[in-house]
Amino acid sequence: MNFLRLGSRDFLKAVRPFVGLFVVLTLFAIVMDGEISSKFFSGRTFKTILAQTVIVAIGAMGMTLVIVSGGIDLSAGSVVALCSVVTAKLIVLGHGFVPSLNSAISAEWTSGLVMYLLQVICFIVFAVLTGGLVGMASGGIITAFRMMPFIVTLGMMGIARGITKWVAKNVSVTPEEPLESINRLMDISQSPKTFFPLPDGVWLTLGLAVVMAVVLRSTVFGRYVFAIGSNEDTARLCGIRVNLNKVVIYTLAGAFFGLAGLMQFSRLTQGDPSVAIGLELKIIAAVVIGGASLSGGVGSIPGSVIGAFMMACLDSGSIMIGWPNYVQEIIIGVVIILAVGMDKVEPFIQRLFKRQSSSN
Amino acid sequence: MPEDSSSNPALPRLQIKGVSKRFGPTVALDGVSLEVAAGEIHALIGENGAGKSTLMKVLSGAHRPDAGSLTLDGQPFEPSDPLHARNCGVAMIYQELNLAPDLSVEENILLGREPATLGWISHGERRRLAKRALEEIGQPQMTLDTPIRALTIAQQQLVEIARALVGEPRVLIMDEPTSSLTQVDTENLFGVIERMSQRGVSVIYISHFLEECQRVASRYTVLRDGRSVGTGAMAEASLEQIIQLMVGREIDEIYPRTSRAVGEPVLELSGVAGLAKPSCVNLTLRAGEIVGVFGLVGAGRTETLRAVFGLDRLAKGSVTVFSREETHSTPAKRLANGVGLLSENRKEEGLLLNRSIADNLTLTRLGAVSRLGLVSDSAQAAASGKWMAKLDVKALGAAQPVGELSGGNQQKIALGRLLHHDARILLLDEPTRGIDVGSKAQIYRLMNELAGQGKAVFFVSSYLPELLGVCDRIGVMCRGELSKVRSVDDWSEQEIIRTAVGQAEPREAAA
Repeated sequence: MNFLRLGSRDFLKAVRPFVGLFVVLTLFAIVMDGEISSKFFSGRTFKTILAQTVIVAIGAMGMTLVIVSGGIDLSAGSVVALCSVVTAKLIVLGHGFVPSLNSAISAEWTSGLVMYLLQVICFIVFAVLTGGLVGMASGGIITAFRMMPFIVTLGMMGIARGITKWVAKNVSVTPEEPLESINRLMDISQSPKTFFPLPDGVWLTLGLAVVMAVVLRSTVFGRYVFAIGSNEDTARLCGIRVNLNKVVIYTLAGAFFGLAGLMQFSRLTQGDPSVAIGLELKIIAAVVIGGASLSGGVGSIPGSVIGAFMMACLDSGSIMIGWPNYVQEIIIGVVIILAVGMDKVEPFIQRLFKRQSSSN
Repeated sequence: MPEDSSSNPALPRLQIKGVSKRFGPTVALDGVSLEVAAGEIHALIGENGAGKSTLMKVLSGAHRPDAGSLTLDGQPFEPSDPLHARNCGVAMIYQELNLAPDLSVEENILLGREPATLGWISHGERRRLAKRALEEIGQPQMTLDTPIRALTIAQQQLVEIARALVGEPRVLIMDEPTSSLTQVDTENLFGVIERMSQRGVSVIYISHFLEECQRVASRYTVLRDGRSVGTGAMAEASLEQIIQLMVGREIDEIYPRTSRAVGEPVLELSGVAGLAKPSCVNLTLRAGEIVGVFGLVGAGRTETLRAVFGLDRLAKGSVTVFSREETHSTPAKRLANGVGLLSENRKEEGLLLNRSIADNLTLTRLGAVSRLGLVSDSAQAAASGKWMAKLDVKALGAAQPVGELSGGNQQKIALGRLLHHDARILLLDEPTRGIDVGSKAQIYRLMNELAGQGKAVFFVSSYLPELLGVCDRIGVMCRGELSKVRSVDDWSEQEIIRTAVGQAEPREAAA
């Protein structure tokens, strides 16, 4: 009985981001008039929203690891830009060397699929390695010199952005011959009218979300991440190799930012060195809306992904209603404060209910 | 200090009459009555959860009673919040000190009560007030500009008392003031308390250390399950009587001792020295025995344990675990070898407060509750259930965050982790600090049982009676050095304390 009550409390906390999303969508349904509403609540809009969620959602998975472990990574936006530029550069370099997908597809269906997968995996590896390297540098500096993650990653944000501009020679890198395989990851133009088929990038994100949710919740490593974020001293006392785990956490986070960078490239089909400025704050917002605490030890992957999706919904919905940009910004700000404020408000509401029930 | 001319000496300073307080279905206070005269030191005794802290919160205005009345010097006293209570002359010193670590002694003493004219803080006036407060507590030598961080816990506590005195309190409530103090500092504190009592301040003294209550208080009240079950003059009550009132049942044996078979040496320290402390520790711990280490705070006991466990660097000496020399190590390696450490500081180091009981119990050996590399919630809950039942943990369930438990139950979880890990060498640092008598007795019983199973227990404590009651052999630490470890029967209490303060007489002369 008591156990049940406790379970329901945890359950309430876990579904809170979903409830938030539901509230946002309901409010949109009320505010929008018939025509806009039917346009908003349609397969094609949600397909667009999902595609827009991908970059923030993938970034949020990495950021969730870092934030749950009690850290922060401000270099996310710069790493996304760096990896999108690196991807563009590699495509430019590989021109003529990487076989065209169209020729392969026209030759035979299966070899086309194999080619597609090979190319995608190959570029994912490069992007993930680049991002992971930056993350490993941040994690290494943070643990080796016992520095504040905020400061180290703030520095890394500048360093990565600078390297991006240097690599790109300060202009957008546009491959002369586009590489269809990578461009297809985020392409929603093939069947713009229907929800399915979703672009492969969306499926990849969903798959990763499931894997990472299990990793964070149910693996020993995941429990260690929570332990470190909850109390580093206790984690050390319990034999957890805190420094090693932290380096792994920042490296993984960097790898996720790298993957997000690849998606960023796929979306723009060019490597823009000044893209994703301020993206880290959006990612952090998604994680926080998803129920994580910046003091560490609390958070979940499904929550963060829903947080990212909710922000994309707010974006699209506001645009459709025709609200100006500044209204959107205000709304997202309010949502962040509300999401975190719920923690403080809930006990208060509970007490109100209790008082009522005891007076009855 | 309070002017007693206005108050009628016949009236009690503070009178609590039939105070009740409910939280939903739980009755925290059920008609508590208590009277404290002016200048009286009154011990408030009870197990954790007996209602002491709720009563305190009622007195400090944090909670309002559902029924009953409070009077202060004959006037009705209905504090609306802690500041109001303080202005009425009821000050409180909490177990966890409430000082700003980076501010100076002076700033802390005057925090919230800065003397000001039109918002302008007068420097001279500040110093005068702070100085006077320090003189009141007999600490005029304390420098006003030292930051709190640089003080020992005992000194910090004195600052906190000085701060309370600036408000000229009529009643001062102290919650477990000695839980982190050594004997010498405790004596010092008692001096301060007695001095305040002579000046007419009434003191309500809350402590788990019954000997201390006996030593400092003139009267006592025992709370149990939200009721006052006994009150009287301290001099007329025996310790046994008070303990019986507290637990409501007879504790025939607080310190059980079954026969133990002492086996092979499992942990050998030779000339162990840390970077600052300890300076020299020699000790052999055998399977199936409990070795105690007594010492004052700062003697280097915790540092010894940390160095042995691999948390701090070792500067000199060697550590041999299970006959294998492994001087430099890490907590992970020590745990793998079956060595477990219980931290003296369960809130800051020992436990993950916002994580579940299950996570806290199984963290060092998650492998035992995992399948295919994934931690199984059900296996974790089952393992936790077993230890919770064994340790008699009172909680809603294995999923409850540890931070919501009482101190005694938290400590049982921290100990339970070592049991789940199946540690064969247990390094216990102050395992009974700040917990209730019932839980203490359970922990002593557990230690006895573990030793009976052939496990080795290294027991560090500042509380001499428990060391004498539980240990087979005792060593005393003083300024980083561990004395010879001798059988319990070879020590007298006086001798242990003399050794701890560095006044040991040569053994030959004493013998």
